[in-house]
Amino acid sequence: MSENLKCSHCNKPATVHLTQIVNNKIIKVDLCESCAQAKGVTDSEGYSLADLLSKTNLTLEKGEARIACPDCGLTTADFRRTGRLGCAACYRSFVTLLQPVLEDMHAGTAHKGKIPKVALSRQTSMAKLNDLENALHRAIAEEAYEDAAKFRDEIQACKKAAEYEAIQS
Amino acid sequence: MIESIINSDKAELTQNTKKGAPVVLSTRVRLARNLVDAPFPERANMAQRSDLMARCANQIADLSQMKNGAFFDVAELSDLERQVLLERHLISRELCDSQSGSGVFINKDQTCSVMINEEDHLRIQFLKTGFSLRSVWKQIDRFDSSLENELDLAFSSEFGYLTACPTNLGTGLRASVMLHLPGLVISNNMDKVIRAVNQLGITVRGLFGEGSDATGHVFQISNQQTLGESEEEILSRLASVFKTIIDHEINARFKYLEENCACLLDQIGRAFGVLKNAYVLNSNEAMNLLSLMRLAVDLEMLPEVNRSDIDRLFIECQPGHIQYVAGEGIEADARDLCRAKTLREEFVQLPALDFDKVNKLG
Ligand SMILES: [Zn+2]
Ligand SMILES: [Zn+2]
Repeated sequence: MSENLKCSHCNKPATVHLTQIVNNKIIKVDLCESCAQAKGVTDSEGYSLADLLSKTNLTLEKGEARIACPDCGLTTADFRRTGRLGCAACYRSFVTLLQPVLEDMHAGTAHKGKIPKVALSRQTSMAKLNDLENALHRAIAEEAYEDAAKFRDEIQACKKAAEYEAIQS
Repeated sequence: MIESIINSDKAELTQNTKKGAPVVLSTRVRLARNLVDAPFPERANMAQRSDLMARCANQIADLSQMKNGAFFDVAELSDLERQVLLERHLISRELCDSQSGSGVFINKDQTCSVMINEEDHLRIQFLKTGFSLRSVWKQIDRFDSSLENELDLAFSSEFGYLTACPTNLGTGLRASVMLHLPGLVISNNMDKVIRAVNQLGITVRGLFGEGSDATGHVFQISNQQTLGESEEEILSRLASVFKTIIDHEINARFKYLEENCACLLDQIGRAFGVLKNAYVLNSNEAMNLLSLMRLAVDLEMLPEVNRSDIDRLFIECQPGHIQYVAGEGIEADARDLCRAKTLREEFVQLPALDFDKVNKLG
């Protein structure tokens, strides 16, 4: 097969075919098995086209703001070089950089799929519980015992609700 | 360490081939997931990686779907053991090459594997023989939901599930089918198909081969985009593309049979002879011969019951498997002898090819 499709690196017949739109240009890469392996794209589950293209297409543009993620320290240059992010917070840190990349890469830029409802509500109730416990400590420190009692009740209610939810799920 | 995996008599890919399923070998769906409070694996230090692996391993071990499953710390596996798992599609190349602090859970029937500290914290995969996008999606969705009950996943309402590489962002979903497409290859139509589906954001790649050609005529076809569409939309778009390709393959086979019946039957007959008698067989040649044998089952020249033997041999004749069975340290030349011997022993047990069925068709 693929007699007219040659590896773009060594001219052997290509078996790995990748297509992506980068900066509004369709980029096609045809690779033979060995070159694909060398570039780390042999495993279709693991490959990332960004990796393959990063060296040529994602180098730091002139005058571009140098951002570093406050959580993990990843810099703009790191991201441009590897095409990968360092942590969940990176998506906030590099949002302006990411938008155009995502537009070119995907069918849209907004998530339309599954939502982890249980995990999200647990995170919200954990945050709420945290706030309440802080408020309780403050109330006790300030000897505002009426407020403290109120916060204590709310904490109990919050914990019960979380337990109930855990049973339901 | 991996004897239980390789000797299992319940493994999905090698023991549970779908009856009467031409073209589609298997269906796989994977989800990329990360925890909210740790850097992605590539950016994490050793302590963070180990901590994350321990946390995830605890939760995954408790899931009912992992009952009687096995966990492997990649650092404790030999190169050969990793290769065997790779050839069985249970781990990825990236996990094979990973630094320490990575691992994989594999369930009893090898339909589910969860890689820890691959490119993402978690890579969940479900696979099944035959064409079953819907049921595989249902299974993995349920698994993912039970995991979410225990672990805080990195998620944003804007971008969905957050992944190390933006190419997996959103649903984190990659669905693929493994298709056996000898008709399209032999009739020189594969290029056209690849170009057409590439336009749709779908990737095609040859599956087997250390060599250059699409050995064994087996292709893996999967979605490229993960954001901007729901799982349902991605799956139904893929399903319609898969169905179109399958139709084209069946048509190509009929057309080829009409025009070149004698030539095709001769190829199949000779392949059968070689498999029964060859003394040296490299991996590429073996895959190509096995491909013709799968076609022979589709054409009813071999009994349907032997389809599963052929699909099993597709995996067991890969270099890692041959080497593992023969014992470590065997040279490539000796491997080709072992492979030929294995195939001789299997094929000598099959009945003679039934050419009459096809002649009636043609
Ligand atoms: Zn090449
Ligand atoms: Zn970060």
